[in-house]
Amino acid sequence: MTLSPGITLKGQHRLEGHVLFDADLHIPGGQWTCLLGRSGVGKSTVLRLILGLETGGEFQGSFAATDGSPLAGRISYMAQSDLLLPWLSVLDNICIGARLRGEPSDTDAARAMLHRVGLAAHAHQKPATLSGGMRQRAALARTLFEDRAIVLLDEPFSALDAGTRADMQELAAEVLQGRTVLLVTHDPAEAARLAHQITVMSAQATQNWPTPQTSALRQINAPETLACQAALLEYLRGASV
Amino acid sequence: MRLQDILLALLIGLGLWHALVILTDAPHFILPSPRRVAQAAYNSRVILLENAWVTMIEVGLGLVIGSLLGVVTAIQLAMSKTAERLMLPILVFTQAVPVFALAPLLTLWFGYGMGSKIIMAVLIIYFPVTSAFHDGLTRIDSGYRDLSVSMGAGKWTFMRHVQIPNALPSLGSGLRLAAVCAPIGAVIGEWVGASKGLGYLMLLANGRAKIDLMFASLIVLACLTVILHIGVGMLATRLTRFTQGTCGNRKT
Repeated sequence: MTLSPGITLKGQHRLEGHVLFDADLHIPGGQWTCLLGRSGVGKSTVLRLILGLETGGEFQGSFAATDGSPLAGRISYMAQSDLLLPWLSVLDNICIGARLRGEPSDTDAARAMLHRVGLAAHAHQKPATLSGGMRQRAALARTLFEDRAIVLLDEPFSALDAGTRADMQELAAEVLQGRTVLLVTHDPAEAARLAHQITVMSAQATQNWPTPQTSALRQINAPETLACQAALLEYLRGASV
Repeated sequence: MRLQDILLALLIGLGLWHALVILTDAPHFILPSPRRVAQAAYNSRVILLENAWVTMIEVGLGLVIGSLLGVVTAIQLAMSKTAERLMLPILVFTQAVPVFALAPLLTLWFGYGMGSKIIMAVLIIYFPVTSAFHDGLTRIDSGYRDLSVSMGAGKWTFMRHVQIPNALPSLGSGLRLAAVCAPIGAVIGEWVGASKGLGYLMLLANGRAKIDLMFASLIVLACLTVILHIGVGMLATRLTRFTQGTCGNRKT
């Protein structure tokens, strides 16, 4: 993997004539940026724009990688739903990217990836036989197997139970170290634990929120994590009124 | 469906039929008793089997060819927005023409042999298979599409690795419908003009006032359809289980 670039996005997104958001985002390279904001403010739209997906609206502005190279082909994506193909084994799901590009897949490397996320024993099982947490781990392995410098995560842990979610946060922080990660989340606790940069988004503007002085990944019960989480929650509650 | 339920339903049906014969006192050339039909079936077993074989081949080939054409068409329509926009209205319009009304024309064009019956069966099942499979191909979780685009998938590789496997249960539904419709197409074709097949035998028996043989032909046809329906139903279930990834696995 080459050095992970940052991303800048500046512009206005319109949906049926109305301004959905007016954003000025600076996502630092090789770090985790957590993007928060009330529902419908356009957080996922930011992800879709960067991914080059259809947004249903019109974006006036620009977004680019800080190293000047095109973003296409350098991003992997993980959604809230695991999006594992039910008819394929876990191992085949990890390799699906290569298949979809018509390239040969390196199954040994895929096995090593499964080992890294603790699913080596389940390589030949179908997703239907796995628990929710295991399925998200498999999805994380698939994201990682793409070996892209930029990783976009759209609430990937929100459907998990609290314990599994904390485990997945730790695993993701470990395996995605050094990559540029943009995590869309509704959970201030998740942002307080994982983020190098917290960005709060509203229809009018984007603002960076002060992160704890300690380095990520932070302890759940560390005072600075809890303080950041509480302040962020208080702000978001006020912003949603 | 359990075997004992099927046998019980069969017994009840036969009982009602027999009761109807006794209660109405209908002459055997109008409504033969089950016993008389069984006797006729036994006496004409060779001719019944010969004609059933012909109908079976027509239905089987019609089902295979019609399904393949339906699958190919559905894939084409799902891959090209232009083809979808142009072809779908034409397909729907052609369905407004009753296929039965085409039977004399098909016999004129393709003769009295098996060809015209196979084409009848193909025409009657082509639309249900195309429609069901196309619906399955296009009704896909948008998340799969987003993920595939982010992975740099091509149109065809996405179709092959995601859309087609995902649409197999819909194809199964189309095939179930086709299995019921295909014998209708073949028999209508035989009625219009044929020298073999169960439809032909029914007309022949009717013309010679052998209503018991006509009933026997009808029952053999119904049995063929039921066997086909069960066979295709099993295939459809397997397709669904394949897509769901639930073939022989247990949840941990």
